[in-house]
Amino acid sequence: MAEEQESALRLPPSTAPEAEGPTEVSPETATPEPPSSAAVSPGTEEPVGDTKKKIDILLKAVGDTPIMKTKKWAVERTRTIQGLIDFIKKFLKHVASEQLFIYVNQSFAPSPDQEVGTLYECFGSDGKLVLHYCKSQAWG
Amino acid sequence: MTDDKDVLRDVWFGRIPTCFTLYQDEITEREAEPYYLLLPRVSYLTLVTDKVKKHFQKVMRQEDISEIWFEYEGTPLKWHYPIGLLFDLLASSSALPWNITVHFKSFPEKDLLHCPSKDVIEAHFMSCVKEADALKHKSQVINEMQKKDHKQLWMGLQNDRFDQFWAINRKLMEYPAEENGFRYIPFRIYQTTTERPFIQKLFRPVSTDGQLHTLGDLLKEVCPSAVAPEEMWFTWVMPKSDVLMIYLSYC
Repeated sequence: MAEEQESALRLPPSTAPEAEGPTEVSPETATPEPPSSAAVSPGTEEPVGDTKKKIDILLKAVGDTPIMKTKKWAVERTRTIQGLIDFIKKFLKHVASEQLFIYVNQSFAPSPDQEVGTLYECFGSDGKLVLHYCKSQAWG
Repeated sequence: MTDDKDVLRDVWFGRIPTCFTLYQDEITEREAEPYYLLLPRVSYLTLVTDKVKKHFQKVMRQEDISEIWFEYEGTPLKWHYPIGLLFDLLASSSALPWNITVHFKSFPEKDLLHCPSKDVIEAHFMSCVKEADALKHKSQVINEMQKKDHKQLWMGLQNDRFDQFWAINRKLMEYPAEENGFRYIPFRIYQTTTERPFIQKLFRPVSTDGQLHTLGDLLKEVCPSAVAPEEMWFTWVMPKSDVLMIYLSYC
């Protein structure tokens, strides 16, 4: 799968600093901007230290789940999986009641209250955390 | 592993005497007696409370019942945490039995995950096992297992069958003889003092100079604040051996 438009755009900051529960993100502010204005140029893999507040995640669709034009995002470490699920659903204009599953390593689905920063530290590679998302349970 | 069998058994059969009481504002047709149960530490609340649910629903009208949830002293109890963890984290200093309040209304959406069926618990449990194996063996062991083995793990837990569970889990706990342990040790540190869910980092069982790491080494590295103050103590349990849990609380 080509990842031509892999610009690290920023997810809008969560409304609460600690990203508790679902965070409101408006799809308008999340709309990808042209790659030229992106914070990180495509292909660069800057080392992400512990001190860096945001981490890079790469979102990949599974099966017939719609892809996101922008795949690489910079998100706060304290953002939860649930926060991310809500964001993807809004981005894809899914109805809130529709299910969406997020997988790490194409293997396990972290629980919705898990923070992406923790997952990044344990399962990130090459300076980013790869997450697969799916409308149905992809990996039992 | 066989040497540990007594310990594994004691951990597996650990029970917490619990008294369930219906929340005072729930509407009942007659008085709801409290319900007593020995809760298995290694299991999940919503997996072992069918009898509690039935008991209270007997005195309630159908229209007053929605999804059941539990609370201890004002804190909603997360069903996706093992029971032993919930108790040690929130109630270990109080007298037994553990007094849990049962609710059928006003589900706290912000604090709890929904648990519409046992399938949801199974998915969560298997996910934990898979995550742990990703750290221990790069997922090799769990991926080489058959679907029926995964099912046996789950059924072992669900039906409280130690031998059934360990016949499979044994494989997940093995490592090559030439190595001194897993690739990384799966652990989570839960603290009562923070809102954050838990601390989890990569930690190898052996140091770069070949020394076996101790629990103290782990705490010093990933949670230094927990080792310094003298008033702090910690308990260490290994509830279902998938995710090694260390949790901390203040005396």
